[in-house]
Amino acid sequence: MDDKFLYLMAGVVGLLLVASLVGFILGKRAVTDGAKDTVRNLNERIRAWWVMVGIFGLAFWFGKGVTLFLFMLTSFYCLREFLSMTRTRPEDHRATVAAFYIFIPLQYWLIWTEWTALFSIAIPVYAFLLLPILSVAKGNTQDFLMRSAKIQWALMLTVYCISHAPALLTLDIPGYAGQNFLLLFFLVAVVQLSDVMQYVFGKIFGKHKLAPSVSPNKTWEGLIGGGLAATAIGAALWWITPFTPLIAAGMAFSIVMAGFWGGLVLSAVKRSLGKKDWGHMIEGHGGALDRMDSVCFAAPLFYHLTNYFYTL
Amino acid sequence: MIQSILFGLSRFLVGGRAIWAGSQPHLRQRVYFANHGSHLDTILICAALPPDLRATTHPVAAADYWGKNALTRYISGQVLNAVLIDRKASRNPLEPLRGILDDGESLIIFPEGTRTTETLPQKLKSGLFHLARDYPDVEFVPTYLENLSRAYPKGAVIPAPISCTISFGAPIRLKPGEARDDFLNRARQGIIDLAYVDEEDA
Repeated sequence: MDDKFLYLMAGVVGLLLVASLVGFILGKRAVTDGAKDTVRNLNERIRAWWVMVGIFGLAFWFGKGVTLFLFMLTSFYCLREFLSMTRTRPEDHRATVAAFYIFIPLQYWLIWTEWTALFSIAIPVYAFLLLPILSVAKGNTQDFLMRSAKIQWALMLTVYCISHAPALLTLDIPGYAGQNFLLLFFLVAVVQLSDVMQYVFGKIFGKHKLAPSVSPNKTWEGLIGGGLAATAIGAALWWITPFTPLIAAGMAFSIVMAGFWGGLVLSAVKRSLGKKDWGHMIEGHGGALDRMDSVCFAAPLFYHLTNYFYTL
Repeated sequence: MIQSILFGLSRFLVGGRAIWAGSQPHLRQRVYFANHGSHLDTILICAALPPDLRATTHPVAAADYWGKNALTRYISGQVLNAVLIDRKASRNPLEPLRGILDDGESLIIFPEGTRTTETLPQKLKSGLFHLARDYPDVEFVPTYLENLSRAYPKGAVIPAPISCTISFGAPIRLKPGEARDDFLNRARQGIIDLAYVDEEDA
């Protein structure tokens, strides 16, 4: 798998070099203000991409522990963005503290020890029951259901769902031992390429708006073109997975669809809170959650499909 | 050194990004008046000011909390340049504040008088009006602290890592003949308006 990963990284770095070069040339040639803005946005995205690829390389190099730690940090930042924007009340402080300081480490520790049964119910069952208990003890009933729901949603999306990505490392697939990191790579690559391709296809061919009130930049042309491109790339990556090319295409397609709906749902959540971006962490990308919204929805689905059909 | 650690730790935990919406950082003499949700408020506002402003700006802090032991006395006195006031004192609690303003330096005050759990400020105490009346050349800058009461509310032991922001609004002054309650309402509204500023437009 070391060889495969090296080829992949070489491929990714090559792609990014080309992207940076194109960005540089476009930057020199952009004349109108609109074009300059688009190119600046593109270049910021590419720069952030370099950082993400570097982090990914680091995670692979140091193995499971570091990978889990980096995803735990990602969950932490996403949960922070979500709860910072969501109006809970001071009476929810204990529930918030428990979400950050107990349930994030617990969820990733359960992956580390491969305690799969508890990993799948710790947050949906036990956090679900415990967090409102912590809040109700303060005695304030104002917006109680809404406040509890907000914290539970935040925890489910940013911790439970995202943690299914690194949990791919724990799947026991016959004939694929020691290569699980490539599955994680497959998931992240398809999700991110699907986002980028939809953006590019939308910019070039986009005419028919798909959901103008939820996500004004999404178009049918972008979804179909970008989705098909990402599915094709997923199929072309079959050799790093335990799948046949056809199944790799199917998996990529399900990742694309889940990621698309994830982006739409989280965009609706964001808009219902009156904001455009989740935060300011990544230049050109908004917040961490703006990059992870598709992963939130795609990771659990991909984890379960693979687990159901490919493990013993 | 201690200051960098304290500010760095607070920023790491609860953010504290400054949004200058309606005013710019300036050495002009000012009274920043803010809503009050947590003990971290004072630290975050100080941390949000550029260092040259911080040197001449004094937060007003309650003696019963910030003066209660050697550590809090050291932090409030040496690190934050705070003026401690005794909230229960029978003599005029504004005296130490006038002293600072007479020296030409700036203040940070929390005119609600105590920490609250609400998003929007309560009715402001009249001290703000007396200062505005007696120091007509000073700019009064409404300051809105978002999320502090959720990150570290009254009675909490550890702060939750929720990102907080500090918005500085357009300065106000007492208008000629303006009544006390009118001024206090206008000042309070100045803070409230900041709660609804969309920072993309700020």
